[in-house]
Amino acid sequence: MGYAWLAIGFPLLGSLINGIFGRFLPKKAVGWTACFAVGASFAVSALVFAQMLVMPETSRHVVSALYTWLEAGGFRADMAILIDALSVTMMLVVTGVGLLIHIYSVGYMGGDTGFSRFFAYMNLFVASMLLLVMAENFVVLFIGWELVGICSYLLISFWYEKPSAAAAGRKAFITTRIGDVGFTLGVVLIAAVLGTVSYDAVFGRIIGVGSDMAAAIALLLLIGAIGKSAQLPLHVWLPDAMEGPTPVSALIHAATMVTAGVYLIVRAAPIFVQAPWVLALAAGIGAATALFASSVALVENDIKRVLAYSTISQIGLMFLAVGAGAFAAGMFHLVTHAFFKSLLFLGAGSVMHALSGNTSLNKMGGLAKKMRATYAAMVIGALAMAGIFPLSGFFSKEALLAGAFHAPFFGRIVYAAGLAVSVMTAFYIFRLIYKTFHGESRMSEEGWRHAHESPISMTAPMSLLALGAVCVGWIGLPSRIGQVVIASNNAFEEFLRGSVSAVAFGNEAVSQWWMAAAALGAGLLGIFAAWCCFIRFRGIASVFVRKLSGVYQMLVSGFWIDQAYDRVFIRSGRALAGFMARQVDIGIIDGAVNGIAGCVGSVSGMLSRVQTGYMRSYALAVLAGAVVIAGYALFILK
Amino acid sequence: MTAELAVFITMGAAAAVTASAVVLSKNTVHAVIYLVMNLFSIAVLYLALSAQMVAFLQIIIYAGAIMVLFLFTVMMLNMTGAVEAAEDRLLKQKPLAAALGLMLIAEVVMGTVGLFSKPSGSMAIEDGFGSAGEVGSRLFFGYMLPFEVTSILLLAAIVGSVVLARKKDEE
Amino acid sequence: MLPVGYYIALSSFMFAVGAVGVIVRRNPIIMLMCIELMLNAGNLALIAFSRWNASMDGHVFVFVVITAAAAEAAVGLGIIVAVFRQKSGDIDMDSLSEMKG
Repeated sequence: MGYAWLAIGFPLLGSLINGIFGRFLPKKAVGWTACFAVGASFAVSALVFAQMLVMPETSRHVVSALYTWLEAGGFRADMAILIDALSVTMMLVVTGVGLLIHIYSVGYMGGDTGFSRFFAYMNLFVASMLLLVMAENFVVLFIGWELVGICSYLLISFWYEKPSAAAAGRKAFITTRIGDVGFTLGVVLIAAVLGTVSYDAVFGRIIGVGSDMAAAIALLLLIGAIGKSAQLPLHVWLPDAMEGPTPVSALIHAATMVTAGVYLIVRAAPIFVQAPWVLALAAGIGAATALFASSVALVENDIKRVLAYSTISQIGLMFLAVGAGAFAAGMFHLVTHAFFKSLLFLGAGSVMHALSGNTSLNKMGGLAKKMRATYAAMVIGALAMAGIFPLSGFFSKEALLAGAFHAPFFGRIVYAAGLAVSVMTAFYIFRLIYKTFHGESRMSEEGWRHAHESPISMTAPMSLLALGAVCVGWIGLPSRIGQVVIASNNAFEEFLRGSVSAVAFGNEAVSQWWMAAAALGAGLLGIFAAWCCFIRFRGIASVFVRKLSGVYQMLVSGFWIDQAYDRVFIRSGRALAGFMARQVDIGIIDGAVNGIAGCVGSVSGMLSRVQTGYMRSYALAVLAGAVVIAGYALFILK
Repeated sequence: MTAELAVFITMGAAAAVTASAVVLSKNTVHAVIYLVMNLFSIAVLYLALSAQMVAFLQIIIYAGAIMVLFLFTVMMLNMTGAVEAAEDRLLKQKPLAAALGLMLIAEVVMGTVGLFSKPSGSMAIEDGFGSAGEVGSRLFFGYMLPFEVTSILLLAAIVGSVVLARKKDEE
Repeated sequence: MLPVGYYIALSSFMFAVGAVGVIVRRNPIIMLMCIELMLNAGNLALIAFSRWNASMDGHVFVFVVITAAAAEAAVGLGIIVAVFRQKSGDIDMDSLSEMKG
């Protein structure tokens, strides 16, 4: 299956063409090149998938190596890709959703001067993400990991003249860097202890290494995952990353890059399984993050930031499932989340486009009449996220919660936390819907007149994503329903089982009827609460704000985490930098260099006083020298 | 007491005394005269050492021409030695210089102790030692190059002194 | 012949006196004469050693030294005359200190 490399090659080529020649090509050509590149990549992925389906299950594990990249002593790292069920799943998600977002961007970014630069970066991102998910060894994974980090930075600070955008890009890069340190150390440890970085070899040898070492490796990889996936405590970059263009938020910060952490844990599951407490830690972090982020989203007033915190929360749920051992459930939610979250982001972008860049929920309202297609798409996305039957989100969320329930540690507690998150999720997303599309307009007269539906280039991808948000869930129908409808067990899980141990701890994530009902009920409860607050009894929200003002303040400021980081790390970092710049660099180093010059100057000044100008003094000096030399010659040389 | 020793004592004393007198005298003309007397004493010592040619050269050139030149200059410039009456800015140098001079003498004397005893080997000299013929043959047969270079040196000195003594407005 | 050390002692005495004289006196004519004194001391030592070694080389050396002394005296006196023209009255060597520093 060597042609699978083309999936990476097409977007890379598109990126090069748009990057180098984009300035000279007409906008249409640039857009076509970029979309065609990703489209071709999607075609390749689909072809690989089709070919895989006809292969027997045991042989769905193909390695294709281009060349040996590193070779030192006994250590080898090839530039190789691995085609198995897990990587094919991710390939389809990345290229499929990526293609739709690229088409959307042609319309969204149409008026921007950096049009070709944008598409060059986007194509590069797709290529990097594909390299990440198709990697056959940890070194290639690392390359893809770093590349997506760079692309994220470039795209967040796309409008680099804006200071807040540049700062957000830096914040994202630095925060994920902290995670990347852990990740790098993990890869180094793997290479040092196991002598290889190739997945197959590593997973084979990890069993004989002892649970302490495996735990160390797993912990370091987990740190990397936390950084990239914006979980506590490294989540602070994702809300600020909304400074980037909305398609960027949709592709990178909802569907693909931030899910790389989940992918990493599932891919390296054999390592994690050797150290169960690390998985428990991941689940705990996921649960805590999900609760934290969804509570902050309740009071957030910027439409994109709501979605950002929502992403953090949903990925927390994925971490929870994966930490509990239900890898298939986690991946399932990753796939469905990619669809409905990017749909929601594109919808938000459409709204912003109509309102000339306004993102504040408080200045919207009543847009349902004016933007029917966007409204319909966003409602579908919101329903999917709230987990309403029979949309995709229902099945994936139910699988998640079932996995949490059957967790080998604190199962009931994390299940309850998951339910609470579901309620809050439904509440905040429908709060967003009601505030944006329902009620009276809270915007200016002129803004209202200007509001219009987006062009077909933007609404068409949204509709396709909406279709996906509805249907994609059906691939993971739990076995009971699936047996009835399509006569198969959980198809997704079956598919994944071929490559990855789809479960650990025997956590089959079997859901009971009452769990399904509970999940549905949680979603409906949230929607109803939002309807109460924002449609029926308008004043309730402000009453809550007044009565619980302390809680409200805490939520609004994101639990003061940003402020805490600023106090502890940033100020001391700035103080240290200032100290080094002033005291060390100017004081010590410059002082030493200038001091040497000064010394030389003063010494020469002192020496020049010997030349008095009096000839007799010189003669005296000559006589003295003669006496010395005569003494030496007569007494010592003898 | 051999004749040589007597000559050495008298002439040596005369040389030493006149040398000190040159340094110590306040009057410039007196100093010139003392130096001339010193040169004469040295010439006599040269004769005692069988250096006839050099002794005559000393008297003719050194005491005769050079000292007369000094006297000319002193007379022409009317130097009375009044400059020495002015305040000496470098007073500290005097004792230091005296000390260094004494050290020099002591060094040389102590360093050449072996030369103060009577010579043991024969120091016979042939007849023409120190005569003009000998000096001449040495100059023209062994030391031709230094001889010529010395003449160039004299040429340089002539040119130099002519240039120095010119008045500026004689361009 | 007397032990050569006697002549060397006398030569060194004259040399030291001349050196001290150069340092102590400020009148340029006297300084030049002290220099001549030193040259003479050197000549005496040369002749003494030449007699002691029964070699004529010392005489040739003295010949050249006397010539050089003559040339130097001529030029030195020329300099003194030239400097004297600039200043009125007697010359103080200490005042010619423009080479200071």
